[in-house]
Amino acid sequence: MRTSECDMVIVGVGGQGVILISDVIGRAAVLAGKPVCGAETHGMAQRGGSVINHTRIGCRFSPMVASGGADVLVALEPGEALRYAHFLSPAGVALVNTRPVLPTTVTAGLAEYPPLDEILAPIKAQCGRVTTIDAITLASRAGTAQAMNVVMLGALSRYIPLSEETILEALTQVVPPRFLEANKRAFALGKAEV
Amino acid sequence: MREYLLGNAAIARGLLEAGVGVVAGYPGTPSSEIIENIVDLKGEATLHVEWSVNEKVALEVAAGASWTGCRAAATMKHVGLNVAADPFMTLAYLGVGAGLVVISADDPYCHSSQNEQDSRRYCQFAAIPCLDPKNPGEAKEMAAYAFELSERFNIPVMLRPTTRVSHARSDVEVSDVRSVNRLGRFIKNPARRVALPVHARPLHSELLAKQAILEEALESAPWNRLVLRGKVGVIASGIAGLYAEEAIADLDEEISVLSLGTYPLPKKLIIRMLEHVSRVMVIEELEPVVEEQVQILARTVNPNIEILGKNGFIPREGELDFLLVRNAIARMMARPERATLASAASGILPARPPSLCPGCSHRATYYAMKKVFGKKAIYPSDIGCYTMAVNMGTVDTCLCMGASITLASGIRHGGEEEGICCSLGDSTFLHGGMTGLLNAAYNKARITVTILDNSTTAMTGHQPNPGTGMTATGESTVQVSLEDLAKALGAGLVETVDPYHLDETIESFARAKEHPGLSVIIARQPCVIKARKKGARPKSFRVNEDCVGCKNCVNFGCPAIEFDNDAAKINMLCTGCGVCAAICPANAILEAI
Repeated sequence: MRTSECDMVIVGVGGQGVILISDVIGRAAVLAGKPVCGAETHGMAQRGGSVINHTRIGCRFSPMVASGGADVLVALEPGEALRYAHFLSPAGVALVNTRPVLPTTVTAGLAEYPPLDEILAPIKAQCGRVTTIDAITLASRAGTAQAMNVVMLGALSRYIPLSEETILEALTQVVPPRFLEANKRAFALGKAEV
Repeated sequence: MREYLLGNAAIARGLLEAGVGVVAGYPGTPSSEIIENIVDLKGEATLHVEWSVNEKVALEVAAGASWTGCRAAATMKHVGLNVAADPFMTLAYLGVGAGLVVISADDPYCHSSQNEQDSRRYCQFAAIPCLDPKNPGEAKEMAAYAFELSERFNIPVMLRPTTRVSHARSDVEVSDVRSVNRLGRFIKNPARRVALPVHARPLHSELLAKQAILEEALESAPWNRLVLRGKVGVIASGIAGLYAEEAIADLDEEISVLSLGTYPLPKKLIIRMLEHVSRVMVIEELEPVVEEQVQILARTVNPNIEILGKNGFIPREGELDFLLVRNAIARMMARPERATLASAASGILPARPPSLCPGCSHRATYYAMKKVFGKKAIYPSDIGCYTMAVNMGTVDTCLCMGASITLASGIRHGGEEEGICCSLGDSTFLHGGMTGLLNAAYNKARITVTILDNSTTAMTGHQPNPGTGMTATGESTVQVSLEDLAKALGAGLVETVDPYHLDETIESFARAKEHPGLSVIIARQPCVIKARKKGARPKSFRVNEDCVGCKNCVNFGCPAIEFDNDAAKINMLCTGCGVCAAICPANAILEAI
């Protein structure tokens, strides 16, 4: 039996803006009058480490999504998509930003970062659909590369039970006014990718 | 109105809506955002909020305020409660004025901690009631209720969120911050405020006598819920109750459920469950606090009942989750378990461990330290960002706040003849290192103490401390001099260096190494994250064609240095500290013009 209306896992590297996406979704769910919960990474792991955020719309239970249970995986970094692909349900969708952030193990020459194809293959085996997005290029086109996470939010908006209007209202609450227009453009460009 | 709130923000709301007058705490994951949210949300309210020097201090400040008739709270992480254990144990005897709430945030799985102790055990030990929330909404309600309970029974009350409550988010009902009238007066009453043996003995009897009426009052608390259905039952506490409810909904089984949120435990509810079922599973994170009570009660109520829990069903370490609890219940019901999928990343994807930031001055300090003291020297370290430098070979110990200095002393007194150079951050030094330094001086420990002064409490989110000249609310205050402190505590040689100036730092460490007594090096450079936020404009560096590919700079471990096509390369993450340029033997790293 389903215990949540929509489960998503948002992953990336500390500092990429994972929390902003979930904050917007959570606020939008509240605006829509839906129960919502989530869990996020703080503290030690944030220092350039791998971060995961769970968000569950229409849910009054655990703040974490179970492995094999996510309807959507949003990855701000391709390697992190693979690291957390086991959270995806077989019917789930993966939205993957294609630009890698090299871990220190790679920059120091201790390990190799695999090519994108090798990263995506196991994810494709895990779920029904994988959409790759060059989110940094799209965000730059929108006016600021910083809005990469909002491009991904735009793509995510296709798969969640919240209206675009509500999500944009929540985005307005979170983004500083001077960056709002660029962020709205980033959202639209992301949405157009799927 | 409902808002999407972080658990710690919900707790801050609960305290503010209950009219808290004084909040004191020491930062520690997962508790830090409580005070930060109090600062952000207090608005015009006249309450006093502070980052205290450590948790013992915070609890004592809160207790003093409570004794003036002002509602007060102290916040800390679970290991901070060890530091505050001394006042905690005796405050249970002395009681409160207005409500006193101790918030100790536990961290099952050690997401960001050195152990995973269970604060509920402390409450049992101290005979202090404990409220164990399952989500941010409950945490907020409990924070407010804790004051009432504390006042009604004249006893401090603990609120014990875990990481998955403090760092969970959910939609929470909020209302207005209650403005407080901080006109507290201390009323002298030696029999209740002076813990002389003659006073402590009757207060201990009073504390023990309180337990039964406390239990009676908590029996009907809304967070203890019994739903009797089938002859198999689940008793779950705190967040485990949420996992259990979801598991039972998912399995669609007729299972009786008792969710618990208060300690001392509601025995009547437990007895009703034990009388109803023939088999019961106790689900709780970490210690079998509930399970032990259930075992004891079952002996008289229903000796033949089968009790499942830490005996192979529910782990005593780490954190629980929905799937783990679902599978434990499925096993009990002889239903198939659902596979827990493992990450497909292993073997393909390189690890991404947290690491010191690009340009972090701790890396430079450790580089210089190791250059001078060598591989064989002993490097006791401490709790902070710098513990992540364990790969540099300059972190040989990490025990608890301030223990670098005292462990170093003990290692010397134990007979170790190698060089001993320990390190700890500015906030850690002020928290728990000062007494150790005084002890090292007094007892003639020949060691070098390095204070990694980045002028903030970085790991927990950049909280100010007495070395920064700023309070929790951003007001300017006295800025304590670490140099003067170190000298006053008895250090023989005290030198301050800028770790970005590598040669100077190496020379200073060399003098400390040769010093015949206790030496202190203060390595001062603001945290790079903070400096960037303050608008520091970095210089940029590049590698020219003189690079010989020796990898000295790569091995330094800065994420801004990459190795590509047999040569080093500096990437966008560079903060311009210039330390790699000083390390390069070929002088191939230059400031870009």
